[in-house]
Amino acid sequence: MFSYCVEPKSLEGLMWLSCYITTPKHMSFYTSFLVVLILISLAAPLAMAFGFAGAIASRSTIRSLRYIGKGYLAMIRGIPDIVFFLFIPIALDQAFEYLRHKALCPEVTEAIRQGNDFVVCSAAKLPLSSASEWVHDIYGFSLALLAFGFVFGAFTGNVLFGAMAAVPRSQLETGEAYGFSPSKIFRRILLPQMWIYALPGLSNLWMILIKATPLLFLLGVEDIVYWARELGGIKTGVYDYPHPDWRAWYFAVLLVFYLALTYLSQSVLDKISSRLSIGQDTMAGRAN
Amino acid sequence: MSCFQTLSDYGLRSLGYGERLLPKADITLCEQFVLIGSGMIWNIYFAFFALLFGFFFAITLALGKNSNFKLFNLPSRAFIFLFRGSPLFIQFFFAYDLFVILPKLGVDIELVFTTITVETRWLTKAWLGALIVLFFNTSAYAAEIFYGALRAVSSKDTEAADSYGFSYRKKFKRIIWPTMLRLAWPSYTNEAIFLFHATTLVFFTGFPAWRQKGDAIYYASYFAEKTFNPFIPYPIVGFYFILLTLIIIGIFGFINKNLNKHLSQKDQKSLKIRLNFIR
Repeated sequence: MFSYCVEPKSLEGLMWLSCYITTPKHMSFYTSFLVVLILISLAAPLAMAFGFAGAIASRSTIRSLRYIGKGYLAMIRGIPDIVFFLFIPIALDQAFEYLRHKALCPEVTEAIRQGNDFVVCSAAKLPLSSASEWVHDIYGFSLALLAFGFVFGAFTGNVLFGAMAAVPRSQLETGEAYGFSPSKIFRRILLPQMWIYALPGLSNLWMILIKATPLLFLLGVEDIVYWARELGGIKTGVYDYPHPDWRAWYFAVLLVFYLALTYLSQSVLDKISSRLSIGQDTMAGRAN
Repeated sequence: MSCFQTLSDYGLRSLGYGERLLPKADITLCEQFVLIGSGMIWNIYFAFFALLFGFFFAITLALGKNSNFKLFNLPSRAFIFLFRGSPLFIQFFFAYDLFVILPKLGVDIELVFTTITVETRWLTKAWLGALIVLFFNTSAYAAEIFYGALRAVSSKDTEAADSYGFSYRKKFKRIIWPTMLRLAWPSYTNEAIFLFHATTLVFFTGFPAWRQKGDAIYYASYFAEKTFNPFIPYPIVGFYFILLTLIIIGIFGFINKNLNKHLSQKDQKSLKIRLNFIR
């Protein structure tokens, strides 16, 4: 990056360091922090949508829909979520390829599952083998994002379901007394009132979402964990910047990054909750 | 090969007994069930010891956080913040890489009959290194729970103790401690379940599964890779975890009942099991 970095082996001290931390690979490392932030900002609304759908479905008067909703919300309780993170991307990938195979190559009659192989015609591959590198990256990231949305959607759904149940029944009865339709009661009374009950659970989820982002590494995305291992590993003399095993220090940087992120979120969330508590008939609202 | 044969071959595979090679081709449902079940031994091992040691350390930390002495207060706060504010996944990586660069030492410990050489090399192995991380992690989370419960002990109760002239020691033993435990127990049950689920992260971080001795999810991902079919091994893991989660709820619920038995029927709180969250 700097002009004096041409001959890295002759450098020492701060000069060496300034060159070392600006190598192209380190630039990719810094970009991957951005990937984490992008993931959080996309996964949060996606989880909200999944959760909302789940909560509404489990309140539905249609029995089959209610069972699907309840099953979705309950499933996450007994099983470690990492199982879902491993399962969903492969399962989705195979489901997409299976559907495309059926649609695009109906002339192929051979079974898709042949023993230990999953074979689809080349036109059904996702992404196509001719696609460029970034398409593969985006596809991998999207599958990971969907997994996050699905898992955190179930968490969010539980929180929203609880919040909807916490709205006092008498409020809804007032709507009924005025002859509101069920959907109008939902939109005008239940929905606006539930947020105050949902807030503690949602802010808790936000912190958990932040702390779940390193799992991207398991899904094969080149995220901060990947780069920390890559850059920190022992570099012998054949590299421009040889150094011993520095992975522990790279992970120390990640620890500090996450601590800062959670600390920042916590102080913002505390502010929001004290703002929303003003005037509420609760301990927090009456204090001071 | 009968399923019984598979059980004797692979039942203790995760500990290194039985057949050395993992099944490679023609993987049967029985093999998946047995091997993944064998891996559960590690999950139970990590959860059991981390919770056992963590319980006492968590109480120490909670008392430290509640203390007015800066010497106790600040380190406890820092410890809790460090382990609750960062992802467990990163903690595993950091700890493993730190243990790897530690100097390789051996310390002899004289026991009555034999001498045991405690080596720092052990820290890089999952059975000790990962256990330490899980132990610290659960201590921090549980400390926050106990601290909250400690703050929630009713001042009326402690005032009653004061008016009877209890010494602080007696007040703590008879009033604060049992009340704190009773109040914290439902949340602590959740923490135990989280920790149990968090043990699945161990072999996905730096800690190597030596000679393919791994936990349940290690074998499940092995099968998913070999058969390219995720629809069988992962539901099996799910099945095992639901089963063991129910057992944990049963044990903790039994303790909860005992902690609450002096209360009138309407004041008794049943365990409310909340979500399992990743950390």
